[in-house]
Amino acid sequence: MYTCTVKNERFQFQSIREILAKASEEKSGDKMARIAAQSYLERMAAKVVLSELTLKEIFENPVIPYEQDEVTRIIYDDINQYIYKEISHWSVGELRDYILSHKTNTSDLFRISKGLTSEMISGVSKLMSSIDLVMASQKIRPIAHCNTTIGEAGRLAFRCQPNHPIDNPEGILASLKEGLSYGSGDAVIGVNPNNDSVESVSKILHMTHDFMQKWEIPTQNCVLAHITTQMQALRKGAPIALMFQSLAGTQAANNDFGISKEILDEAFEMMAKYGTSTGPNQLYFETGQGSEVSLDAHLGVDMQTLEARTYGYARHWKPFMVNNVSGFIGPETIYDGKQVIRADLEDLFMGKLHGLPMGIAPTYTNHMQADQNDQEIAGMLTALAGANFYMGVPGGDDVMLSYQDTSYHDDASLREMLGLRPLREFELWLEKMGIMENGRLTERAGDLSIFK
Amino acid sequence: MDIEVIVKQVLEELTKVEKSKTNSINASKEKVEEVIRKVVFNKEKAVGVDNPADEEMIEKVQKITPARIGIGHTGTRMKTRDYLDFRIDHAAAQDAVFKGVSEEFLKELQLPVLQSKSSSMDEYLMNLNSGRKLDEASRKWAEEHLPKNKQVQIIVSDGLSSSGIEANISDLLPALIQGLKVRNISIGDPVFIKRSRVWIQDEIAKIVNCDVVISLIGERPGLATSKSISAYLIYRPNQDTVEADRTVISNIHEGGVPPVEAGAFLADLLADVLKAKTSGVKFAQMK
Repeated sequence: MYTCTVKNERFQFQSIREILAKASEEKSGDKMARIAAQSYLERMAAKVVLSELTLKEIFENPVIPYEQDEVTRIIYDDINQYIYKEISHWSVGELRDYILSHKTNTSDLFRISKGLTSEMISGVSKLMSSIDLVMASQKIRPIAHCNTTIGEAGRLAFRCQPNHPIDNPEGILASLKEGLSYGSGDAVIGVNPNNDSVESVSKILHMTHDFMQKWEIPTQNCVLAHITTQMQALRKGAPIALMFQSLAGTQAANNDFGISKEILDEAFEMMAKYGTSTGPNQLYFETGQGSEVSLDAHLGVDMQTLEARTYGYARHWKPFMVNNVSGFIGPETIYDGKQVIRADLEDLFMGKLHGLPMGIAPTYTNHMQADQNDQEIAGMLTALAGANFYMGVPGGDDVMLSYQDTSYHDDASLREMLGLRPLREFELWLEKMGIMENGRLTERAGDLSIFK
Repeated sequence: MDIEVIVKQVLEELTKVEKSKTNSINASKEKVEEVIRKVVFNKEKAVGVDNPADEEMIEKVQKITPARIGIGHTGTRMKTRDYLDFRIDHAAAQDAVFKGVSEEFLKELQLPVLQSKSSSMDEYLMNLNSGRKLDEASRKWAEEHLPKNKQVQIIVSDGLSSSGIEANISDLLPALIQGLKVRNISIGDPVFIKRSRVWIQDEIAKIVNCDVVISLIGERPGLATSKSISAYLIYRPNQDTVEADRTVISNIHEGGVPPVEAGAFLADLLADVLKAKTSGVKFAQMK
């Protein structure tokens, strides 16, 4: 048991799990799960106790026991014991100060990353403000390679997301051409299928692959069906450069997603053997705060800590990209623009400190108290903090999934306002096509009819 | 409306303004003519790309996808009209969720109005369980007043789109009731339940002891339409009921399955479910 007195008021916490939950910034999903702080001062008391916990205490008390949960096992089995022991006596408060110090550089952070469990990373980010999170995120630049190299300083990539409500191939191609003409698509050409059948998924894989061949586009293709469907398509010879799956932070939620370590291991090996891309990073994961609550598989752990655990799980398979979609579910998990912006900043930092090549989808649904202005603020802040990539959706309106995400126009704007360039190989291609010159879109840009 | 027509109208309006000014100066005793600028925003697809390589190609592909493509740009940003168009569609979607079904519409509908446990819109959106149960007063009222032991019980739920309810129920409900009557299927009194979700149908079914309960419920609105509703029905729900036991017909709106057609279709479906004595995946597999 832990107690904390603040302003003469005494608060009591039963477990580290409770401290982590109550130290979280306000989010509706934690309230729905009845684990959030009951008052503003209680939240601060939890943060104070958290700042005093040592990394060793957190290590010895995982929020879900090792024996019970595959996610916990992956996280603990992947920890570098030597590095962990070097820092195990630090308090979470000291960890925060270390991360933000001028003396701590990028490689120092990559080193301690190997000794940190996901609960430690979640914990330290609960002691950080928006600017803290941006300053820390800027220092960490995880790089990955599939066909293109993602994550280099000075570069910003985009997934071209040319979805169509009924997978009309011509419709998908038209939106793909539109995206490319705005310089979007260097992270991946990624289609969410309406029809999850192996034949239909294979068809879209072939179509996007052939298009990339025809126009000699240096990027990777992906169809975001369930991973087992993609594996079947791959077995039947469909060309896949990047394989996709959504992940969560508890074994129970991953069961609901229909995945496990065995399946992901098999996918990883299959891609190395049969994938079309160079690699070594050939997987694409999506995550987001709230999936465990909405599946009723949270086990009393807060959304942010579960999101961190998802990253601890994800890093085992060395993905090329991890995309965070925290606003995708709705107001029962993330209520408004303020909560989305906070979640996006937390997730970007937590993912980076796990060593992951993170991208952010600052999305919102139509039943949340958030709008385009909130999305654009979250986009600008996380771009400033050094996100590797964003989505690119025609006009910001996904006509298949019925939600809003960053548009091709937003993609071009984020690059221009921060002086960022497309991924190296892709920029050369854009120049060859006459779409970009000296890092700026040309007069010819934004015209899909240049791809005849 | 194309740009030329708009420009022409604006110019005409401006000339009118000029005229009325001159008039008022010339004849100071005359009443100043009030100028009304009529602005109508019509949603229409147009090629917004400046000097496209192939305009026809863009026009053609704009017809095969609802995606916002071929819209062009100013700098890196959307042009004014496209920006406003996007914001208008989002605003309509937000209104569909947050405005609630109007009192006038509820009066016209002449259905008993029940309440879920959600006491506010915020609670409804953030606490999913609160929309899945009747509040005490409504439960009591239902127990005392609703006819029992009928074959079908109809529920109208606002769900996540009050606009969807207002746009479709006046056509859908009579068509559905008519269709059931033709088939000699007995129906309880339909009810409207404010701030309710699908699972509330299980509680109603238990109270009235019907064979099948059907909820006509507003869908989560998208930018493409904010006025779509779904029908969820289930045969004799109990404590072991899972989601796969429900049969769902979605996309009921003028641009999808039109409400009158949906009414006839649902009456057929209900008759089949009554005959099969099961719903959901089990029902689908029997076909």
